[in-house]
Amino acid sequence: MTRPTVAVWKFASCDGCQLTILDCEDELLAIAAALDFRMFLEAGPEEMLDHFDISLVEGSITTNHDAERIREVRERSGIVVTIGACATAGGIQALRNYADVEEYTRHIYARPDWIDTLATSTPIAHHIKVDHELHGCPINKEQLIATITALLAGRRTPVTSHSVCVECKQRGTPCLLVSEGTACLGPVTHAGCGALCPSINRGCFGCFGPSESANLPGLLEVLRVAGNDEHEVLASLRTFNVTKFDTGATP
Amino acid sequence: MTHDHRARRFNVEALTRVEGEGGLIVEVRDGEVADVHLRIFEPPRFFEAFLRGRAYSEPPDITARICGICPVAYQMSACQAIESALGVEVDAPLRDLRHLLYCGEWIESHTLHIHLLHAPDFLGYPSGIAMAAEHRFEVERGLQLKKLGNRIVEVVGGRAVHPVNVKIGGFYSTPTTATMAALAEELRAGLDAASEIARWVATFPMPDHELPDGTALVSLRHPTEYPMLGERLVSTTGLDIGVEEYLDHFAEVQVEHSTALHGQMLAGGDYLVGPLARFALNADLLAPRAAGLAAELGLTSAERNPFRSIVVRAIETVHACEVALSIAERYLVPTRAAVPVEAREGIGCGWTEAPRGLLFHRYEIDANGLIADARIVPPTSQNQPVIEHDLIHLIGNSLHLDDAALEHICEQAVRNYDPCISCATHFLDLRVLRS
Ligand code: SF4
Repeated sequence: MTRPTVAVWKFASCDGCQLTILDCEDELLAIAAALDFRMFLEAGPEEMLDHFDISLVEGSITTNHDAERIREVRERSGIVVTIGACATAGGIQALRNYADVEEYTRHIYARPDWIDTLATSTPIAHHIKVDHELHGCPINKEQLIATITALLAGRRTPVTSHSVCVECKQRGTPCLLVSEGTACLGPVTHAGCGALCPSINRGCFGCFGPSESANLPGLLEVLRVAGNDEHEVLASLRTFNVTKFDTGATP
Repeated sequence: MTHDHRARRFNVEALTRVEGEGGLIVEVRDGEVADVHLRIFEPPRFFEAFLRGRAYSEPPDITARICGICPVAYQMSACQAIESALGVEVDAPLRDLRHLLYCGEWIESHTLHIHLLHAPDFLGYPSGIAMAAEHRFEVERGLQLKKLGNRIVEVVGGRAVHPVNVKIGGFYSTPTTATMAALAEELRAGLDAASEIARWVATFPMPDHELPDGTALVSLRHPTEYPMLGERLVSTTGLDIGVEEYLDHFAEVQVEHSTALHGQMLAGGDYLVGPLARFALNADLLAPRAAGLAAELGLTSAERNPFRSIVVRAIETVHACEVALSIAERYLVPTRAAVPVEAREGIGCGWTEAPRGLLFHRYEIDANGLIADARIVPPTSQNQPVIEHDLIHLIGNSLHLDDAALEHICEQAVRNYDPCISCATHFLDLRVLRS
């Protein structure tokens, strides 16, 4: 079997999701034997092919140049997989979508006129057709490996639609919301992290984005009754997946 | 600038193996280096703008997302600054846990940089993965140590990239003694591996080169610890200041013919932060095994060859393993995971040593506990002018090389500084201007 050619692309992001690939220390050399990484700047390869079998895309679109670049990535790619909240939701930098980006620019730069930026940070799927999305800020290593394995085998990539609550039940973590009234977004958050935060006594803060059947108004009511500050709960919805959690108000 | 026939122009488009993406443009005219620009493609993400109005409790999670390679550094500097603003001091055992967490990040980040990004330059491979074909043992040894670094971050922080367990005042929960005993066991083996790695990188052929004359070296300095968590700032130019004085001595300026905000000492001149500077100013505080190895490998605080920074990183990795081991060995579960914190009005600054160098945060918090102003100075923007001046100097001495060889040595020289381009939240994407 010829090894599929792979590219890893970066748009507006923190590099944490592509670092997750290099964080597969035990599997890295095996992954590199199975996949032919031709373009992966963070790890060295920089060969521009006319066609890549698989493109992994990190980051969101925040400049006109990047909006063009992502179309080019689509044209050159067989399968496009977006990795992480920046790519799937616009990331934390999408907070600008609800603010005045010119004011932001003036706030940070002495010469805002030298800055090239769009007023919005948008997910990759707003610009091109995406074949598979991996959620999370950052993505989960095991999910990444499962997805790569499925792609290699020509199988359907694994999809989860349930919430973090299911993962708490699976690992036997007592419910923080029920037992202590802790503000926890687990009931409305996409599974995938393995219920990490509840396992360390912290309410989920939604870094995997909304689960498919999320009932946000219902959860907000429960949290309010449990005595949580609504402002704080809404603030935690307005972070890495701000464009996906419909909070009904601007942050 | 005109295109005369003696002009050589290199454009290393997307500079690989620099965290993030950047490019380098070098202009050579009449046999002289006319200009060097390190070009950065990183679009701004506006952290300092959207932090305004957020709760004081949020920066550890939010600013971690500035850089996936050194999230702990952002979390630690943010905690320090906000705790200072709120008048909070964490208990000693919690500070130990933070120190341990930071050791994990140093081990992970340094080992990644050495094996996957920098060693291939010295040994002539295009990437760490390609290098593994002939140096499988060394690459696997490196990956295992990198994994141990991540393991520490997972044990203390809950997750390797963007830890979830850090909060203002301490942690959400603390590890069990059994987990810590297992970690100590792994660290004993890790320390041996780290020592072997230091000996290995010291055998690499080193280009003969020095930092540009007059470059100041700047690092934090702690009375008893090789600095990760503070506390004063010192320099080879005699500076010795506290965190509140930082902005009186340093500034970031937006430069038109450059791609990034540039760090400047207000007293004038470029300054360097990061491993070479830390070592020069703190070699006396290394843990015993790291100190012994530095002596064995002939590394002294007079070292000014940026190429040797790979050896310093390896020594610092040994140090981080030793410190981590000693914290893990004497660990007792702290009586509380966090100290209580109450919102109040205040201004606080914090600084720590990220793997790449000094990382400064400053926050103004209002009476409701919301952030009124935030300021973040990452290491890479501070090193930006030194990198460019170093390249002018290096290329000037290397013009006898052909384009490919010169291109290679330029890339390698940039990687000496391990610039984390995502960190430099202000990097611009400007073209070189010609006249
Ligand atoms: S999703 Fe989160 S971890 Fe991934 S690149 Fe974006 S900010 Fe970084």
